[in-house]
Amino acid sequence: MKTNKEDKMLTGAQILMEILKSEGVDTIFGYPGGAVIDIYDELERTDIRHILVRHEQGAVHAADGYSRASGRVGVCLVTSGPGATNTVTGIASAYMDSIPVVILTGQVPTHLIGNDAFQEVDIVGITRSCTKHNYLVTKVEDLAEALKEAFYLARSGRPGPVLVDLPKDVIKATTAFKLPAEVNLKSYKPTYNPNLWQLQKIISLIGEAERPVIFAGGGVILSKGSNELTEFARKAVIPVTTSLMGLGSFPASDPLWLGMIGMHGTYRANMSVGDCDLLIAIGVRFDDRVTGKTDSFAKNAKIIHIDIDPTSIRKNIPVSVPVVGDCRISLEHLNRMFDEANLGDLFQKRENWLNRIKIWKDKNPLCYEQKDIIKPQYVIDTLFKLTKGDAIITTEVGQNQMWTAQYYHFDKPGHFITSGGLGCMGFGLPAAIGAQIACPDQLVVDIAGDGSIQMNIQEMATAVQYRLPIKIVILNNGYLGMVRQWQELFYCKRYSCTTMECSPDFVKLAEAYGALGLRATKPEEVISVLTEGLNSDKTVIMEFLVEKEENVYPMVPAEAPITEMLLV
Amino acid sequence: MTEEKHVLTMLVDNKPGVLSRVVGLFSGRGFNIDSLCVAETMDPLISRITIVTKSSLAEMEQIEKQLNKLINVIKLRTVSGPRSVQREMAIIYVMAKNGQRSEVLRIVDIFRGKVIDVGPEHFIIEVTGNDEKLNAIINLLRPMGIKKLAKTGTLALFR
Repeated sequence: MKTNKEDKMLTGAQILMEILKSEGVDTIFGYPGGAVIDIYDELERTDIRHILVRHEQGAVHAADGYSRASGRVGVCLVTSGPGATNTVTGIASAYMDSIPVVILTGQVPTHLIGNDAFQEVDIVGITRSCTKHNYLVTKVEDLAEALKEAFYLARSGRPGPVLVDLPKDVIKATTAFKLPAEVNLKSYKPTYNPNLWQLQKIISLIGEAERPVIFAGGGVILSKGSNELTEFARKAVIPVTTSLMGLGSFPASDPLWLGMIGMHGTYRANMSVGDCDLLIAIGVRFDDRVTGKTDSFAKNAKIIHIDIDPTSIRKNIPVSVPVVGDCRISLEHLNRMFDEANLGDLFQKRENWLNRIKIWKDKNPLCYEQKDIIKPQYVIDTLFKLTKGDAIITTEVGQNQMWTAQYYHFDKPGHFITSGGLGCMGFGLPAAIGAQIACPDQLVVDIAGDGSIQMNIQEMATAVQYRLPIKIVILNNGYLGMVRQWQELFYCKRYSCTTMECSPDFVKLAEAYGALGLRATKPEEVISVLTEGLNSDKTVIMEFLVEKEENVYPMVPAEAPITEMLLV
Repeated sequence: MTEEKHVLTMLVDNKPGVLSRVVGLFSGRGFNIDSLCVAETMDPLISRITIVTKSSLAEMEQIEKQLNKLINVIKLRTVSGPRSVQREMAIIYVMAKNGQRSEVLRIVDIFRGKVIDVGPEHFIIEVTGNDEKLNAIINLLRPMGIKKLAKTGTLALFR
């Protein structure tokens, strides 16, 4: 970099602060340590808010939750060695779900790198396969550019986590600083604008189709294309299903809503995809939990696939019309082209198809029967009604996550925050912290199981320290429920190691952290506990002692076609 | 699915860790590398990597897309057809006792190879060509006893 007289002389730590400011970062999640003391010292002199988590995994999940709730890049800062390795699970989760997060890790001084120094770890090597990209900055002169690129890569194209490893001597060194110009990488040019010729084919296919279905995913939410999707589906009268990551991209209150697809998808969604003659997949990657047995997936359909990442297309499923492009931009074009095409009265044309879906819906709706013992579905159903579907919901992973996906109906994007791809237990509580910080005026609820809540329970202290009024719903069934369900159904009820004995008294635990603890043991207490908890301005744990061996249905056994579901 | 040989040539940033990203992509997704060559190009900021791999066409499509997705991969092409040239070099340590020495030298001559080291009972031979040619000379020398063999792996360019 050329030095000009007017350039300021700054330390690495000061350069980092300048870049954070230029990126509009006002909050970072982190945990200090020896290698990053200089950064923390500088951070103290800025307006950037630092949220001190209790474990570095929590820092990344919180930054992830912050990003999903705000639509901005989440940032976390941790020290070298164990600080860095503790972030790996969080990074892998953000990577699988394409969430823009920048992870800043401390590193030992450059002259010690490779020496097995104290708290040294090759975090760039470790995270190479679970980051979109990563950097080890070895010269302070390269720092500004690397950081600027990191933010640009994290949020552009198919977003994802980017890690920047910062050796201590680089942070302390001084150089002339000039804010780098716009990032321009010759080897990285995401394709935002779709091929219009391909889109025109989609319009004609829609005109010909008798039984079309739209299958939307997280890409629609990430590209902020929910409104365009909704407009398109309503205009073309096409029923919509989504992946877990796509929940909220299309309003669940719309009559065209089919519910979620996949292993725990609704009967009508899975049957519709099994029977459709045109599947329009937008911003999805055909995960195995969605497709089941790939040979039988949508086997009567022409498949259209729109995604910004070319590697997602034709990876698992053969496609008739591939479109590489941004989901929102593609949908905007489709809406315009659809208006120009004039395909006639589609309501009439779709009548039979919509009727058939209605029959599926009536035949096997999502259902449960609330008797003497609290049903977990009833808790979520009641939560949905009490919050009018307006809360930001995070989840842990397992049955709690699937029941939430089924019984909390999302009308808006950015309201369902879950570790979809990695399926990472311990995600929900720190993600709720991040979401609450991004949206201080919104109600944020973490729906958890008694197993997964204990994976990052230490973040209760973070929530209480920053007076975050997040609500934690624990569906306590005394089991690692999802694995137990598999054991019940496919392993002759041998409940090997899935009994959660000796969980803490969650009410006392909440109190020990300075939060409010509530418990419901009978169905008639559910509404009062939820009401009291939701109305509190404190961090609240609400524990529900639920039916121990309740299963999530429908369920598609692994590797089976998704139309072959186990029903209640 | 039938597997075919594919030759990939790519320009990448000449930075630490780039090779590891490329190679990690193959190992992480269960693809195998048959040969690999890396060196600086005329521009010292850019290296060329040539990889030979066997895979089905569907796997190949995925490999190419994944490689293109790497931030440090600037340009990628699969090399095939008459518009491409491919070369590989082998260094062969072949036993050559009395009575066999002239036979070895004749073979080397036919393949336009070079003797780069001589001992009382061996030659070390350098030979360059496409992999068919290298296989042919190796097969001819095998009866004499090939003690050691080093190959560069394929290099490729478009004309």
